[in-house]
Amino acid sequence: MPAFLTLREAVTRFVHDGDTIALEGFTHLIPFAAGHEVIRQRRRHLTLVRMTPDLLYDQMIGMGCASRLIFSWGGNPGVGSLHRFRDAIENGWPEPLAIEEHSHADMAARYQAGASGLPFAVFRGYVGSDLPKHNPKIQSITCPFTGETLAATPALNPDVTIIHAQRADRKGNVLVSGIIGVQKEAALAAKRAIVTVEEIVDDLRAPVNACILPAWALDCICEVPGGAHPSYTHGCYKRDNAFCVAWDAISRDRETFLAWMNRNVMAAADFAEYRRKIAAEAEGITGA
Amino acid sequence: MPEPEYSPREIMTVVAARKLHNGTVCFVGIGLPSAAANLARLTHAPDVVLIYESGTIGAKPAVLPLSIGDGELAETADAVVSVPEIFQYWLQGGRVDVGFLGAAQIDKFGDINTTVIGGTYAAPRVRLPGAGGAPEIATASKEVVIVLKHSRRAFVEKLDFVTSSGFPAQPHGGNRPGRRGRGPTTVISDLGILVSDPETRELVLTSLHPGVTVERVKEATGWPLKVASDLEVTPPPTPADLAALRDLHARTAAAHGLNPGAE
Repeated sequence: MPAFLTLREAVTRFVHDGDTIALEGFTHLIPFAAGHEVIRQRRRHLTLVRMTPDLLYDQMIGMGCASRLIFSWGGNPGVGSLHRFRDAIENGWPEPLAIEEHSHADMAARYQAGASGLPFAVFRGYVGSDLPKHNPKIQSITCPFTGETLAATPALNPDVTIIHAQRADRKGNVLVSGIIGVQKEAALAAKRAIVTVEEIVDDLRAPVNACILPAWALDCICEVPGGAHPSYTHGCYKRDNAFCVAWDAISRDRETFLAWMNRNVMAAADFAEYRRKIAAEAEGITGA
Repeated sequence: MPEPEYSPREIMTVVAARKLHNGTVCFVGIGLPSAAANLARLTHAPDVVLIYESGTIGAKPAVLPLSIGDGELAETADAVVSVPEIFQYWLQGGRVDVGFLGAAQIDKFGDINTTVIGGTYAAPRVRLPGAGGAPEIATASKEVVIVLKHSRRAFVEKLDFVTSSGFPAQPHGGNRPGRRGRGPTTVISDLGILVSDPETRELVLTSLHPGVTVERVKEATGWPLKVASDLEVTPPPTPADLAALRDLHARTAAAHGLNPGAE
Protein backbone atom coordinates (compact mmCIF):
# COMPACT_ATOMS: atom_id res chain seq x y z
CA MET A 1 0.00 0.00 0.00
CA PRO A 2 1.58 3.29 -1.07
CA ALA A 3 1.63 6.31 1.21
CA PHE A 4 -0.81 9.10 0.32
CA LEU A 5 1.22 12.27 0.85
CA THR A 6 1.41 15.86 -0.25
CA LEU A 7 4.02 16.44 -2.91
CA ARG A 8 6.13 18.39 -0.43
CA GLU A 9 6.13 15.46 1.99
CA ALA A 10 6.82 12.97 -0.81
CA VAL A 11 9.89 14.82 -2.12
CA THR A 12 11.19 15.36 1.41
CA ARG A 13 10.86 11.68 2.19
CA PHE A 14 11.83 10.01 -1.09
CA VAL A 15 14.17 12.30 -3.07
CA HIS A 16 17.68 12.90 -1.74
CA ASP A 17 20.71 14.87 -2.89
CA GLY A 18 22.82 12.79 -5.26
CA ASP A 19 19.97 10.47 -6.26
CA THR A 20 19.42 9.18 -9.77
CA ILE A 21 15.88 10.27 -10.56
CA ALA A 22 13.67 9.75 -13.60
CA LEU A 23 10.69 12.04 -14.14
CA GLU A 24 9.30 10.31 -17.20
CA GLY A 25 6.66 11.26 -19.74
CA PHE A 26 6.67 11.34 -23.53
CA THR A 27 5.32 14.86 -24.20
CA HIS A 28 2.19 13.59 -22.43
CA LEU A 29 1.90 13.31 -18.60
CA ILE A 30 5.17 15.04 -17.74
CA PRO A 31 5.33 15.41 -13.95
CA PHE A 32 5.95 19.17 -13.82
CA ALA A 33 4.51 19.66 -10.35
CA ALA A 34 6.87 17.05 -8.91
CA GLY A 35 9.88 18.52 -10.70
CA HIS A 36 9.03 21.96 -9.34
CA GLU A 37 8.89 20.59 -5.82
CA VAL A 38 12.36 19.04 -6.29
CA ILE A 39 13.60 22.49 -7.40
CA ARG A 40 11.82 24.20 -4.49
CA GLN A 41 13.46 21.86 -1.98
CA ARG A 42 16.82 22.66 -3.62
CA ARG A 43 17.94 19.10 -4.27
CA ARG A 44 21.50 19.01 -5.63
CA HIS A 45 23.88 16.73 -7.54
CA LEU A 46 21.06 14.72 -9.04
CA THR A 47 21.51 12.43 -12.00
CA LEU A 48 18.48 13.19 -14.11
CA VAL A 49 17.20 10.43 -16.39
CA ARG A 50 14.68 10.92 -19.15
CA MET A 51 14.27 9.90 -22.78
CA THR A 52 13.03 13.34 -23.82
CA PRO A 53 14.22 16.07 -21.46
CA ASP A 54 12.14 19.15 -22.22
CA LEU A 55 11.07 22.28 -20.34
CA LEU A 56 10.98 20.60 -16.94
CA TYR A 57 14.57 19.34 -17.12
CA ASP A 58 15.60 22.70 -18.61
CA GLN A 59 14.23 24.27 -15.41
CA MET A 60 15.87 21.71 -13.11
CA ILE A 61 19.24 22.01 -14.89
CA GLY A 62 19.10 25.82 -14.91
CA MET A 63 18.27 25.87 -11.20
CA GLY A 64 21.35 23.79 -10.41
CA CYS A 65 19.68 20.53 -9.35
CA ALA A 66 21.60 18.29 -11.76
CA SER A 67 25.19 17.29 -12.25
CA ARG A 68 24.50 14.53 -14.77
CA LEU A 69 21.91 13.86 -17.47
CA ILE A 70 21.08 10.50 -19.06
CA PHE A 71 18.90 11.06 -22.13
CA SER A 72 18.16 10.42 -25.80
CA TRP A 73 16.60 13.67 -27.13
CA GLY A 74 16.69 17.09 -25.51
CA GLY A 75 14.56 19.87 -26.97
CA ASN A 76 11.44 22.00 -26.73
CA PRO A 77 9.16 19.96 -29.02
CA GLY A 78 7.94 21.94 -32.01
CA VAL A 79 9.69 25.08 -30.74
CA GLY A 80 13.45 24.56 -30.74
CA SER A 81 16.40 24.41 -28.38
CA LEU A 82 16.44 24.08 -24.63
CA HIS A 83 18.54 27.08 -23.68
CA ARG A 84 19.38 26.08 -20.10
CA PHE A 85 20.31 22.53 -21.22
CA ARG A 86 22.51 24.00 -23.95
CA ASP A 87 24.07 26.59 -21.64
CA ALA A 88 24.98 23.85 -19.15
CA ILE A 89 26.62 21.67 -21.82
CA GLU A 90 28.19 24.44 -23.90
CA ASN A 91 29.26 26.78 -21.06
CA GLY A 92 28.97 24.83 -17.80
CA TRP A 93 26.31 27.18 -16.34
CA PRO A 94 25.16 27.10 -13.57
CA GLU A 95 27.44 24.11 -13.16
CA PRO A 96 29.01 21.58 -15.50
CA LEU A 97 26.56 18.94 -16.69
CA ALA A 98 27.97 15.52 -17.53
CA ILE A 99 25.93 13.78 -20.19
CA GLU A 100 25.30 10.14 -20.97
CA GLU A 101 23.61 9.97 -24.33
CA HIS A 102 21.67 7.12 -25.90
CA SER A 103 18.98 6.56 -28.55
CA HIS A 104 15.25 6.19 -27.79
CA ALA A 105 15.27 2.47 -28.60
CA ASP A 106 18.17 2.05 -26.19
CA MET A 107 16.64 4.03 -23.32
CA ALA A 108 13.36 2.15 -23.67
CA ALA A 109 15.21 -1.17 -23.62
CA ARG A 110 17.33 -0.10 -20.62
CA TYR A 111 14.23 0.75 -18.56
CA GLN A 112 12.68 -2.55 -19.63
CA ALA A 113 15.77 -4.46 -18.51
CA GLY A 114 15.64 -2.55 -15.22
CA ALA A 115 11.99 -3.44 -14.70
CA SER A 116 12.72 -7.06 -15.64
CA GLY A 117 15.53 -7.52 -13.14
CA LEU A 118 18.04 -8.16 -15.93
CA PRO A 119 21.57 -6.72 -15.87
CA PHE A 120 21.49 -5.35 -19.41
CA ALA A 121 19.40 -4.62 -22.47
CA VAL A 122 20.00 -6.15 -25.87
CA PHE A 123 18.73 -4.77 -29.17
CA ARG A 124 19.76 -4.11 -32.76
CA GLY A 125 21.06 -0.57 -32.63
CA TYR A 126 23.65 2.15 -33.31
CA VAL A 127 24.80 0.66 -36.60
CA GLY A 128 27.39 3.10 -37.97
CA SER A 129 26.66 5.72 -35.29
CA ASP A 130 29.37 7.68 -33.45
CA LEU A 131 27.47 7.50 -30.16
CA PRO A 132 29.19 4.32 -28.90
CA LYS A 133 32.58 6.09 -29.34
CA HIS A 134 31.53 8.68 -26.77
CA ASN A 135 29.48 6.60 -24.38
CA PRO A 136 31.30 3.63 -22.81
CA LYS A 137 27.97 2.21 -21.62
CA ILE A 138 27.09 1.35 -25.22
CA GLN A 139 28.73 -2.02 -25.86
CA SER A 140 28.06 -4.92 -28.17
CA ILE A 141 27.40 -8.59 -27.65
CA THR A 142 27.44 -11.58 -29.97
CA CYS A 143 24.25 -13.60 -30.18
CA PRO A 144 25.15 -17.15 -29.04
CA PHE A 145 22.65 -18.64 -31.51
CA THR A 146 23.12 -16.66 -34.73
CA GLY A 147 26.47 -14.90 -34.26
CA GLU A 148 24.85 -11.54 -34.96
CA THR A 149 26.44 -8.52 -33.27
CA LEU A 150 23.88 -6.65 -31.18
CA ALA A 151 24.00 -3.56 -28.99
CA ALA A 152 24.09 -4.08 -25.22
CA THR A 153 23.63 -1.40 -22.56
CA PRO A 154 23.24 -1.65 -18.78
CA ALA A 155 19.81 -1.79 -17.16
CA LEU A 156 18.44 1.49 -15.81
CA ASN A 157 17.37 1.33 -12.17
CA PRO A 158 16.72 4.87 -10.91
CA ASP A 159 16.69 5.52 -7.18
CA VAL A 160 13.39 7.30 -7.73
CA THR A 161 10.95 7.42 -10.63
CA ILE A 162 8.17 10.00 -10.63
CA ILE A 163 5.33 9.86 -13.16
CA HIS A 164 1.98 11.60 -13.55
CA ALA A 165 -1.28 9.77 -14.31
CA GLN A 166 -5.00 10.36 -14.68
CA ARG A 167 -6.21 8.77 -11.47
CA ALA A 168 -5.65 6.48 -8.53
CA ASP A 169 -8.19 4.64 -6.45
CA ARG A 170 -8.21 4.82 -2.66
CA LYS A 171 -5.98 1.75 -2.36
CA GLY A 172 -3.40 3.41 -4.62
CA ASN A 173 -3.90 1.47 -7.86
CA VAL A 174 -3.05 3.84 -10.71
CA LEU A 175 -4.60 4.11 -14.20
CA VAL A 176 -2.43 5.58 -16.96
CA SER A 177 -4.08 6.17 -20.33
CA GLY A 178 -3.34 7.79 -23.68
CA ILE A 179 0.28 7.90 -24.78
CA ILE A 180 1.81 5.78 -22.02
CA GLY A 181 5.43 6.18 -23.13
CA VAL A 182 7.92 4.34 -20.96
CA GLN A 183 6.30 5.21 -17.63
CA LYS A 184 5.33 1.70 -16.56
CA GLU A 185 8.86 0.42 -17.19
CA ALA A 186 10.42 3.45 -15.47
CA ALA A 187 8.22 3.02 -12.38
CA LEU A 188 8.89 -0.72 -12.10
CA ALA A 189 12.64 -0.25 -12.66
CA ALA A 190 12.96 2.23 -9.78
CA LYS A 191 13.86 1.58 -6.16
CA ARG A 192 11.14 4.06 -5.16
CA ALA A 193 8.16 5.01 -7.35
CA ILE A 194 6.02 8.11 -6.84
CA VAL A 195 2.89 8.84 -8.88
CA THR A 196 1.14 12.20 -8.99
CA VAL A 197 -2.47 11.95 -10.16
CA GLU A 198 -5.18 14.30 -11.33
CA GLU A 199 -7.67 12.80 -8.90
CA ILE A 200 -8.26 10.02 -6.41
CA VAL A 201 -11.48 8.13 -7.02
CA ASP A 202 -13.48 5.27 -5.52
CA ASP A 203 -13.38 3.16 -8.67
CA LEU A 204 -10.90 3.43 -11.59
CA ARG A 205 -13.50 1.97 -13.96
CA ALA A 206 -10.64 0.81 -16.16
CA PRO A 207 -11.08 -1.46 -19.21
CA VAL A 208 -9.72 -4.96 -18.67
CA ASN A 209 -6.45 -4.42 -20.56
CA ALA A 210 -5.82 -0.88 -19.40
CA CYS A 211 -2.38 0.19 -18.22
CA ILE A 212 -2.64 -0.19 -14.46
CA LEU A 213 0.16 0.11 -11.93
CA PRO A 214 -0.95 -1.96 -8.92
CA ALA A 215 -0.88 -0.23 -5.54
CA TRP A 216 1.63 -2.69 -4.09
CA ALA A 217 4.21 -1.82 -6.78
CA LEU A 218 4.24 1.88 -5.81
CA ASP A 219 5.60 3.80 -2.85
CA CYS A 220 3.64 7.00 -2.88
CA ILE A 221 0.59 8.70 -4.42
CA CYS A 222 0.12 12.47 -4.48
CA GLU A 223 -3.06 14.13 -5.70
CA VAL A 224 -1.98 17.12 -7.82
CA PRO A 225 -4.70 18.41 -10.18
CA GLY A 226 -3.16 19.91 -13.31
CA GLY A 227 0.19 18.47 -12.24
CA ALA A 228 1.40 17.89 -15.81
CA HIS A 229 0.94 21.49 -17.03
CA PRO A 230 2.20 22.74 -19.55
CA SER A 231 2.25 19.12 -20.71
CA TYR A 232 -1.18 17.53 -20.92
CA THR A 233 -3.25 14.82 -19.34
CA HIS A 234 -5.30 12.89 -21.88
CA GLY A 235 -8.99 13.24 -21.14
CA CYS A 236 -8.41 16.09 -18.65
CA TYR A 237 -6.68 19.05 -20.33
CA LYS A 238 -4.68 19.88 -23.44
CA ARG A 239 -1.03 20.78 -23.86
CA ASP A 240 -0.36 24.49 -23.29
CA ASN A 241 1.47 25.15 -26.54
CA ALA A 242 1.53 28.91 -25.94
CA PHE A 243 3.50 28.34 -22.74
CA CYS A 244 5.99 26.06 -24.55
CA VAL A 245 6.53 28.81 -27.13
CA ALA A 246 6.82 31.50 -24.42
CA TRP A 247 9.42 29.37 -22.62
CA ASP A 248 11.87 30.02 -25.45
CA ALA A 249 12.09 33.72 -24.52
CA ILE A 250 11.90 33.16 -20.76
CA SER A 251 14.78 30.69 -20.80
CA ARG A 252 17.08 32.29 -23.37
CA ASP A 253 18.75 34.67 -20.92
CA ARG A 254 20.15 33.53 -17.53
CA GLU A 255 18.86 36.48 -15.53
CA THR A 256 15.39 36.40 -17.10
CA PHE A 257 15.21 32.69 -16.42
CA LEU A 258 16.30 33.00 -12.78
CA ALA A 259 13.92 35.88 -12.13
CA TRP A 260 11.03 33.93 -13.66
CA MET A 261 11.81 30.78 -11.64
CA ASN A 262 12.26 32.72 -8.39
CA ARG A 263 9.08 34.70 -8.91
CA ASN A 264 6.85 31.83 -10.01
CA VAL A 265 8.27 28.57 -8.68
CA MET A 266 10.45 29.34 -5.66
CA ALA A 267 8.07 31.95 -4.24
CA ALA A 268 5.07 29.63 -4.57
CA ALA A 269 4.11 27.35 -1.71
CA ASP A 270 2.94 24.65 -4.08
CA PHE A 271 1.94 23.90 -7.68
CA ALA A 272 -1.55 25.36 -7.26
CA GLU A 273 -0.07 28.71 -6.23
CA TYR A 274 2.42 28.53 -9.11
CA ARG A 275 -0.49 27.99 -11.53
CA ARG A 276 -2.25 31.08 -10.15
CA LYS A 277 0.94 33.12 -10.51
CA ILE A 278 1.61 32.22 -14.13
CA ALA A 279 -2.07 32.64 -15.03
CA ALA A 280 -1.92 36.15 -13.59
CA GLU A 281 1.31 36.88 -15.48
CA ALA A 282 -0.25 35.64 -18.69
CA GLU A 283 -3.07 38.11 -18.23
CA GLY A 284 -0.60 40.91 -17.62
CA ILE A 285 -1.57 41.39 -13.99
CA THR A 286 1.47 42.33 -11.94
CA GLY A 287 1.85 42.01 -8.21
CA ALA A 288 -0.58 39.10 -8.07
CA MET B 1 -3.94 27.68 -67.15
CA PRO B 2 -1.05 29.44 -65.34
CA GLU B 3 1.38 27.42 -63.22
CA PRO B 4 0.51 27.68 -59.55
CA GLU B 5 2.99 29.60 -57.41
CA TYR B 6 4.57 27.85 -54.48
CA SER B 7 7.45 28.26 -52.04
CA PRO B 8 10.62 26.10 -51.98
CA ARG B 9 9.38 24.64 -48.71
CA GLU B 10 6.04 23.74 -50.24
CA ILE B 11 7.52 21.84 -53.19
CA MET B 12 9.85 20.00 -50.81
CA THR B 13 6.88 18.86 -48.73
CA VAL B 14 4.75 17.92 -51.74
CA VAL B 15 7.57 15.92 -53.37
CA ALA B 16 8.31 14.11 -50.11
CA ALA B 17 4.62 13.21 -49.80
CA ARG B 18 4.79 11.49 -53.20
CA LYS B 19 7.16 8.89 -51.71
CA LEU B 20 4.28 7.45 -49.69
CA HIS B 21 1.49 5.28 -51.04
CA ASN B 22 -1.62 3.51 -49.80
CA GLY B 23 -0.52 0.71 -47.51
CA THR B 24 3.00 2.09 -46.94
CA VAL B 25 3.93 1.85 -43.26
CA CYS B 26 5.83 5.03 -42.44
CA PHE B 27 7.71 5.84 -39.22
CA VAL B 28 7.40 9.62 -39.06
CA GLY B 29 9.88 12.14 -37.67
CA ILE B 30 8.55 15.46 -36.44
CA GLY B 31 8.60 18.69 -38.49
CA LEU B 32 8.86 18.55 -42.28
CA PRO B 33 8.59 14.74 -42.45
CA SER B 34 5.34 14.88 -40.47
CA ALA B 35 3.89 17.56 -42.76
CA ALA B 36 4.78 15.51 -45.83
CA ALA B 37 3.44 12.24 -44.41
CA ASN B 38 0.12 13.81 -43.49
CA LEU B 39 -0.15 15.58 -46.83
CA ALA B 40 0.18 12.16 -48.50
CA ARG B 41 -2.57 10.81 -46.26
CA LEU B 42 -4.86 13.76 -47.05
CA THR B 43 -4.31 13.54 -50.83
CA HIS B 44 -3.23 10.49 -52.83
CA ALA B 45 -2.61 7.97 -50.01
CA PRO B 46 -5.52 7.93 -47.56
CA ASP B 47 -4.51 4.43 -46.42
CA VAL B 48 -0.86 5.18 -45.63
CA VAL B 49 -0.07 3.96 -42.09
CA LEU B 50 1.67 6.62 -39.99
CA ILE B 51 3.61 5.51 -36.92
CA TYR B 52 5.03 8.04 -34.45
CA GLU B 53 7.65 7.08 -31.88
CA SER B 54 5.31 8.05 -29.04
CA GLY B 55 3.63 4.70 -29.73
CA THR B 56 0.77 5.82 -31.97
CA ILE B 57 0.11 3.41 -34.83
CA GLY B 58 -2.10 4.48 -37.73
CA ALA B 59 -2.41 8.09 -36.55
CA LYS B 60 -4.73 10.29 -38.64
CA PRO B 61 -4.31 13.77 -37.17
CA ALA B 62 -6.58 16.51 -38.53
CA VAL B 63 -3.88 19.05 -37.66
CA LEU B 64 -0.11 18.58 -37.58
CA PRO B 65 1.19 17.60 -34.16
CA LEU B 66 3.46 20.18 -32.54
CA SER B 67 5.24 17.40 -30.71
CA ILE B 68 5.63 13.73 -31.42
CA GLY B 69 3.35 12.91 -28.50
CA ASP B 70 0.37 15.22 -29.09
CA GLY B 71 -3.02 14.00 -27.91
CA GLU B 72 -4.33 14.36 -31.46
CA LEU B 73 -2.13 11.42 -32.47
CA ALA B 74 -3.47 9.16 -29.72
CA GLU B 75 -7.10 10.13 -30.35
CA THR B 76 -6.89 9.32 -34.07
CA ALA B 77 -4.64 6.24 -33.92
CA ASP B 78 -5.66 2.64 -34.62
CA ALA B 79 -3.60 1.61 -31.59
CA VAL B 80 -1.52 3.28 -28.91
CA VAL B 81 1.31 1.13 -27.56
CA SER B 82 4.21 1.76 -25.20
CA VAL B 83 7.51 3.23 -26.35
CA PRO B 84 9.44 -0.02 -25.77
CA GLU B 85 6.84 -1.83 -27.89
CA ILE B 86 6.95 0.66 -30.77
CA PHE B 87 10.72 0.35 -31.06
CA GLN B 88 10.94 -3.39 -30.46
CA TYR B 89 7.95 -5.07 -32.11
CA TRP B 90 7.14 -2.53 -34.80
CA LEU B 91 10.46 -0.94 -35.82
CA GLN B 92 13.09 -3.55 -34.88
CA GLY B 93 10.62 -6.27 -35.87
CA GLY B 94 10.90 -5.10 -39.47
CA ARG B 95 7.35 -3.81 -39.92
CA VAL B 96 8.26 -0.31 -41.15
CA ASP B 97 8.50 0.33 -44.89
CA VAL B 98 9.72 3.92 -44.89
CA GLY B 99 11.51 5.89 -42.18
CA PHE B 100 10.92 9.60 -42.76
CA LEU B 101 13.64 11.73 -41.15
CA GLY B 102 14.96 15.27 -40.99
CA ALA B 103 18.49 16.29 -39.94
CA ALA B 104 20.80 19.21 -39.21
CA GLN B 105 23.60 17.85 -41.43
CA ILE B 106 23.86 15.15 -44.08
CA ASP B 107 26.83 13.75 -45.99
CA LYS B 108 27.03 12.20 -49.44
CA PHE B 109 26.20 8.72 -48.13
CA GLY B 110 23.11 9.85 -46.29
CA ASP B 111 24.67 9.69 -42.83
CA ILE B 112 23.01 12.33 -40.67
CA ASN B 113 23.93 14.48 -37.69
CA THR B 114 21.47 15.69 -35.07
CA THR B 115 23.92 15.76 -32.14
CA VAL B 116 26.55 18.54 -32.17
CA ILE B 117 27.89 21.22 -34.54
CA GLY B 118 31.46 22.49 -34.19
CA GLY B 119 33.88 22.15 -31.28
CA THR B 120 34.15 18.67 -29.85
CA TYR B 121 31.51 16.25 -28.62
CA ALA B 122 32.35 17.13 -25.01
CA ALA B 123 32.51 20.88 -25.70
CA PRO B 124 30.41 21.56 -28.77
CA ARG B 125 29.84 24.96 -30.33
CA VAL B 126 26.17 24.10 -30.77
CA ARG B 127 24.45 21.32 -28.89
CA LEU B 128 21.57 19.83 -30.92
CA PRO B 129 18.75 17.71 -29.42
CA GLY B 130 20.43 14.37 -30.08
CA ALA B 131 19.51 11.03 -31.56
CA GLY B 132 15.92 10.41 -30.54
CA GLY B 133 14.73 7.41 -32.51
CA ALA B 134 16.83 8.12 -35.60
CA PRO B 135 19.77 5.65 -35.27
CA GLU B 136 17.40 2.69 -35.25
CA ILE B 137 14.84 4.20 -37.66
CA ALA B 138 17.69 4.75 -40.14
CA THR B 139 18.79 1.15 -40.10
CA ALA B 140 15.64 -0.87 -39.32
CA SER B 141 13.24 0.72 -41.81
CA LYS B 142 13.18 -1.01 -45.19
CA GLU B 143 14.03 2.36 -46.74
CA VAL B 144 14.82 5.83 -45.40
CA VAL B 145 13.73 9.13 -46.92
CA ILE B 146 15.37 12.29 -45.62
CA VAL B 147 13.73 15.69 -46.01
CA LEU B 148 16.15 18.60 -45.62
CA LYS B 149 16.54 22.16 -46.91
CA HIS B 150 19.55 22.55 -49.18
CA SER B 151 22.55 24.60 -47.97
CA ARG B 152 26.31 24.19 -47.62
CA ARG B 153 25.87 24.20 -43.86
CA ALA B 154 23.54 21.21 -44.08
CA PHE B 155 24.95 19.21 -47.03
CA VAL B 156 28.54 18.74 -45.86
CA GLU B 157 31.64 16.84 -46.97
CA LYS B 158 32.25 15.58 -43.43
CA LEU B 159 29.74 15.43 -40.61
CA ASP B 160 30.69 16.91 -37.24
CA PHE B 161 29.13 13.79 -35.71
CA VAL B 162 27.48 10.70 -37.19
CA THR B 163 24.26 10.29 -35.21
CA SER B 164 22.51 7.93 -37.59
CA SER B 165 24.18 6.08 -40.39
CA GLY B 166 23.47 5.72 -44.04
CA PHE B 167 26.10 3.59 -45.68
CA PRO B 168 29.82 2.92 -45.21
CA ALA B 169 32.04 5.65 -46.61
CA GLN B 170 33.99 3.34 -48.90
CA PRO B 171 32.65 2.47 -52.35
CA HIS B 172 31.25 -1.02 -52.76
CA GLY B 173 31.32 -1.27 -48.99
CA GLY B 174 28.20 -3.38 -48.79
CA ASN B 175 25.91 -3.34 -45.81
CA ARG B 176 27.19 -2.97 -42.29
CA PRO B 177 26.40 -5.80 -39.89
CA GLY B 178 23.10 -5.20 -38.18
CA ARG B 179 21.54 -3.30 -41.01
CA ARG B 180 18.26 -4.76 -42.19
CA GLY B 181 16.94 -2.14 -44.60
CA ARG B 182 18.26 -0.46 -47.73
CA GLY B 183 19.27 2.69 -45.85
CA PRO B 184 18.71 6.24 -47.07
CA THR B 185 17.57 5.79 -50.65
CA THR B 186 16.25 9.30 -51.23
CA VAL B 187 16.92 12.83 -50.06
CA ILE B 188 14.33 15.45 -50.90
CA SER B 189 15.36 19.09 -50.59
CA ASP B 190 13.85 22.40 -51.60
CA LEU B 191 15.99 22.33 -54.78
CA GLY B 192 15.78 18.76 -56.04
CA ILE B 193 15.86 15.03 -55.39
CA LEU B 194 19.00 13.00 -54.61
CA VAL B 195 18.95 9.22 -54.92
CA SER B 196 21.49 6.77 -53.54
CA ASP B 197 23.48 5.00 -56.29
CA PRO B 198 22.94 1.25 -55.80
CA GLU B 199 26.64 0.53 -56.52
CA THR B 200 28.55 3.31 -54.75
CA ARG B 201 25.81 4.29 -52.26
CA GLU B 202 26.62 7.92 -53.05
CA LEU B 203 23.74 10.38 -53.35
CA VAL B 204 23.27 11.52 -56.94
CA LEU B 205 21.13 14.44 -58.11
CA THR B 206 18.38 12.83 -60.19
CA SER B 207 15.76 15.57 -60.39
CA LEU B 208 15.68 19.36 -60.31
CA HIS B 209 12.65 21.19 -59.05
CA PRO B 210 11.20 23.53 -61.72
CA GLY B 211 13.32 26.64 -62.27
CA VAL B 212 16.34 25.31 -60.33
CA THR B 213 19.70 24.90 -62.11
CA VAL B 214 22.35 22.22 -61.55
CA GLU B 215 24.79 25.02 -60.68
CA ARG B 216 22.55 26.25 -57.90
CA VAL B 217 22.26 22.79 -56.35
CA LYS B 218 26.03 22.30 -56.58
CA GLU B 219 26.60 25.66 -54.92
CA ALA B 220 24.37 24.59 -52.03
CA THR B 221 26.12 21.20 -51.64
CA GLY B 222 29.35 20.87 -49.65
CA TRP B 223 30.77 17.97 -51.67
CA PRO B 224 31.36 17.57 -55.43
CA LEU B 225 27.83 16.53 -56.29
CA LYS B 226 27.31 13.86 -58.93
CA VAL B 227 24.51 14.46 -61.41
CA ALA B 228 22.52 11.72 -63.15
CA SER B 229 22.90 11.56 -66.91
CA ASP B 230 19.14 11.35 -67.27
CA LEU B 231 18.44 14.30 -64.98
CA GLU B 232 14.73 15.04 -64.75
CA VAL B 233 12.63 18.03 -63.82
CA THR B 234 10.34 17.38 -60.84
CA PRO B 235 6.66 17.66 -61.74
CA PRO B 236 5.43 20.79 -59.94
CA PRO B 237 2.88 20.64 -57.14
CA THR B 238 -0.69 20.54 -58.42
CA PRO B 239 -3.24 23.12 -57.30
CA ALA B 240 -4.89 20.33 -55.31
CA ASP B 241 -1.60 19.48 -53.54
CA LEU B 242 -1.04 23.10 -52.61
CA ALA B 243 -4.60 23.65 -51.47
CA ALA B 244 -4.43 20.58 -49.21
CA LEU B 245 -1.03 21.59 -47.78
CA ARG B 246 -2.04 25.20 -47.10
CA ASP B 247 -5.30 24.09 -45.57
CA LEU B 248 -3.41 21.69 -43.29
CA HIS B 249 -1.00 24.44 -42.17
CA ALA B 250 -3.82 26.92 -41.58
CA ARG B 251 -5.77 24.37 -39.51
CA THR B 252 -2.61 23.52 -37.59
CA ALA B 253 -1.79 27.16 -36.82
CA ALA B 254 -5.33 27.82 -35.63
CA ALA B 255 -5.36 24.69 -33.44
CA HIS B 256 -2.01 25.42 -31.78
CA GLY B 257 -2.49 29.18 -31.55
CA LEU B 258 0.76 29.67 -33.47
CA ASN B 259 1.84 31.56 -36.57
CA PRO B 260 1.10 29.85 -39.90
CA GLY B 261 4.12 28.04 -41.26
CA ALA B 262 5.50 27.19 -37.84
CA GLU B 263 6.36 23.51 -37.56
